[in-house]
Amino acid sequence: MTPAVSPLRAVNDFVVKFANVNGSGSASANELFAKAILRMGVPVSPRNIFPSNIQGLPTWYEVRVTERGWLGRRGGVDLMVAMNPQTWDADIAEIEPGGYLFHDGSKPLPKSKFRDDITVIAVPLTELCNAAWEDPRQRQLFKNIMYVGALSALLDMDVATLEALVAEQYRGKEKLLPPNLKALHLGRDWALQNLACPIGLTVRRADAVGDRIFVEGNAAAALGCVYGGATVCAWYPITPSSSLAEAFQKYCQKYRVDEAGNARFAILQAEDEIASIGMVVGAGWNGARAFTATSGPGISLMNEFIGLAYFAEIPATIINVQRGGPSTGMPTRTQQSDVLACAYASHGDTRHVLLFPEDPHECFAFSAAALDLADRLQTPVFVMTDLDIGMNQRLCAPFEWGESRRYDRGKVMTAGDLESGREFARYKDVDGDGIPWRTWPGTHPDKGAYFTRGTSRNPQAQYSERGPDYVYNMERLLKKFDNAKSLVPQPVIVQSGPPARHGVIFYGSTSPAMAEAIELLAGQGIALDTLRVRAYPFPDTVRDFIEAHARVFVVEQNRDGQLRTLLVNEFDMDPARLVAVLHYDGTPITARFIAGAIADALAQSAAAAKTAQMENVA
Amino acid sequence: MTYLAKPRLHHPTLACNAIGFTRRDYEGKISTLCAGCGHDSISAAIIQACWELDIEPHRVAKLSGIGCSSKTPDYFLGQAHGFNTVHGRMPSVLTGANLANRELIYLGVSGDGDSASIGIGQFVHAIRRGVNMTYIVENNGVYGLTKGQFSATADQGSVSKKGVVNADSPLDMVTMALQLGATYVGRGFSGDKKQLVPLIKGALNHRGAAFLDVISPCVAFNNHAGSTRSYDWVREHNAAVNRLDVMPARAQIVADYAPGDTIDVEQHDGGVLRLHKLDAAWDPRDRIAALNLVQQRQARGELVTGLLFVDPQARDLHGHLGTVQQPLNTLSERELCPGTTALAKINTALR
Repeated sequence: MTPAVSPLRAVNDFVVKFANVNGSGSASANELFAKAILRMGVPVSPRNIFPSNIQGLPTWYEVRVTERGWLGRRGGVDLMVAMNPQTWDADIAEIEPGGYLFHDGSKPLPKSKFRDDITVIAVPLTELCNAAWEDPRQRQLFKNIMYVGALSALLDMDVATLEALVAEQYRGKEKLLPPNLKALHLGRDWALQNLACPIGLTVRRADAVGDRIFVEGNAAAALGCVYGGATVCAWYPITPSSSLAEAFQKYCQKYRVDEAGNARFAILQAEDEIASIGMVVGAGWNGARAFTATSGPGISLMNEFIGLAYFAEIPATIINVQRGGPSTGMPTRTQQSDVLACAYASHGDTRHVLLFPEDPHECFAFSAAALDLADRLQTPVFVMTDLDIGMNQRLCAPFEWGESRRYDRGKVMTAGDLESGREFARYKDVDGDGIPWRTWPGTHPDKGAYFTRGTSRNPQAQYSERGPDYVYNMERLLKKFDNAKSLVPQPVIVQSGPPARHGVIFYGSTSPAMAEAIELLAGQGIALDTLRVRAYPFPDTVRDFIEAHARVFVVEQNRDGQLRTLLVNEFDMDPARLVAVLHYDGTPITARFIAGAIADALAQSAAAAKTAQMENVA
Repeated sequence: MTYLAKPRLHHPTLACNAIGFTRRDYEGKISTLCAGCGHDSISAAIIQACWELDIEPHRVAKLSGIGCSSKTPDYFLGQAHGFNTVHGRMPSVLTGANLANRELIYLGVSGDGDSASIGIGQFVHAIRRGVNMTYIVENNGVYGLTKGQFSATADQGSVSKKGVVNADSPLDMVTMALQLGATYVGRGFSGDKKQLVPLIKGALNHRGAAFLDVISPCVAFNNHAGSTRSYDWVREHNAAVNRLDVMPARAQIVADYAPGDTIDVEQHDGGVLRLHKLDAAWDPRDRIAALNLVQQRQARGELVTGLLFVDPQARDLHGHLGTVQQPLNTLSERELCPGTTALAKINTALR
């Protein structure tokens, strides 16, 4: 077929989307494809788009090939690898005009199933597989690697890189290597012999990856907990956080088993999220570093305990891999919609420390930091990641750890401290920073014991219903929270050049799309200063940034502008200064969306200003 | 919760245990429960048991949920850290605390509202996991703090103080604990301290999930005619199946009973539980027999008390997890952090 629109042409800058059936074994082939491009020195940004299902439902894998390094989702598809008849029509419709459709041509399809503005590439995958293998399972599995082989020819990819990656994948399982290589070459050779290779989209070796690593945020956060010294992990399975606890288990097996084979860690799969946070609170009370990983519904269940940990001042690290809410919501889609639920979790007056990592590098760093902060501040600390960061491999800066780094265990009085006659009053602000000293159970035979409770008490931890005792404590908690501003990761501010009239605030997984959007807008003559919030409580620099700009766009992946609400509330600020830019359909936010929304808003306000001016003149 | 501290003066003639402590050293604050409350008798039994076992008070961690019974850890072992957690969730907090430091003695105190209703899930799973703890349910069949509502352990047909008849089937926590794999299961009565103190001692010495259901009448809301948890009713229907002596390791064991009347069960630490059988057909090492006994006697309207089951070679949660002997809360960067060289390798593998 000759397309009615001239075929797209691009080098190292296009989007390939694989439409597969869940459970068909496509994931490893698709990952192989992405990783091969990465090894050719070209950044990629892959995303799993998967259903809440184990087998049979549609699943997609979208790879953005981007030498410029734009790791956000682009939107639109240049090459669709349509392997799922169920979603065929929608998949075909998604292809950009001039784009390409790759499909299994074993069975002829009517012309009505195609579009006339795309290039159709048919490879008889089923036929080739059936000819090469007898076993039905193998016929299915090798079809996946076969299309990778065909794509390598069509996109002019380096076949040696692919071969090396396949060899790495089957190291230790060498029996599986030859059939996989055979499938790869069957696909590649068929394409080379029967199709015009390459097509308009090609991969060219580059040097744009550098020393960056390619890893899922959940694995990174788990490793951060290993490095940060967590010894107790209690969790309950919930998408998209389960792989975090599983990764912690894997890393602990490797790095935390002593010479005698004993574990320097304890991981419990609890009966529910209430129990998992209860275990974390119990371990934190008793001096171990403990964390849980969960998602929105788990946070809802944990609320009572979060309030207890806040009020009784017990360290706890909670990693929230956010998904679409409310209720069961969209369990396999991404959102940033638990900001308020975590910031003010539990009944009564509470405020909690939140950290917002932008990528796996920060998932690692902030998880380790959260363990320090929880001990230092004796309070729950949330690491607010999301499905987009957590469950997708992302190119990011390598993990870093200072050789001399020591854990900050906070204000803990030892038996020696108590013996030396130092006064111990569990809830007394002796240092003026709102943070009291604590003791661990079993420390000293007759000094330092106290009774921990969620009810009000005096500074000596004795039960008290006196108003002044209660107020003293609540004010001290506020002082402690205020003090946290200087301890948490500080915001990242980027000036566009000379001070811009407008600014943007964003956080978390919006980061890569935001960077790209700023460039798109600059191309339209719109200059914006940006501030990436990395933690709550907000340092004063966040207020200064807002006040320095006429208007500030707050870009978020939720419906209600939750961070904006938090900013308005915390700074007691005129809401009109903050303009919400909201994306919440469950797909990762794109640069096109952000740039479009901001350009529209600015155009509208310019038009409104003009109208007002004309009315004044009239 | 009390506003009053107890005077710390000791009578000079008070007896000391092997580590030089008197019983007063095991006390806590003055109880604020109602006069005559069964729970205070249980606190006294805990004090007596810890004193007799020569336990250093500060090596105990006392945990509880919410309710009358859950207030009591403030009334014993004043030199021990205590934690009054949230309603029904003591087991998870105790589990986490136990993971952090396996060397302390964990005592969980709960009630029938706390453990049989709101917290039944946590009760179930802490027992299943074999957490090394003594889990005491102070069971009175009512919600005391909220003034007399039935709890889930109230017998069907029993009558509340206000005259309401309970239509729901009761939960039997002893039966549940046996089914869930508790490795030390007993039932006591707050009105029988002679039986209760050794039951608690055996539980504190046991390595594994030890569960004690202690019937503890509520004098304010469940001690009237028509109640099946009143002092009178329990005394009339108490069927004690054994008496227990808890003997430490290396103690000289003198056989002063006719053979067949007693069973000696050696514990993991070499100590011995000596059971004086009041029911000749009874062997506490048989879980299924214990279940049968409880059910049969219950059908006859009797409340079986005594040590009902013990597995002296039980493994606990740390055994299942294979954790190091050293408490996890004492490990430092040296043992926990894989270091920069390992991280460089990890980074390389992710390229």
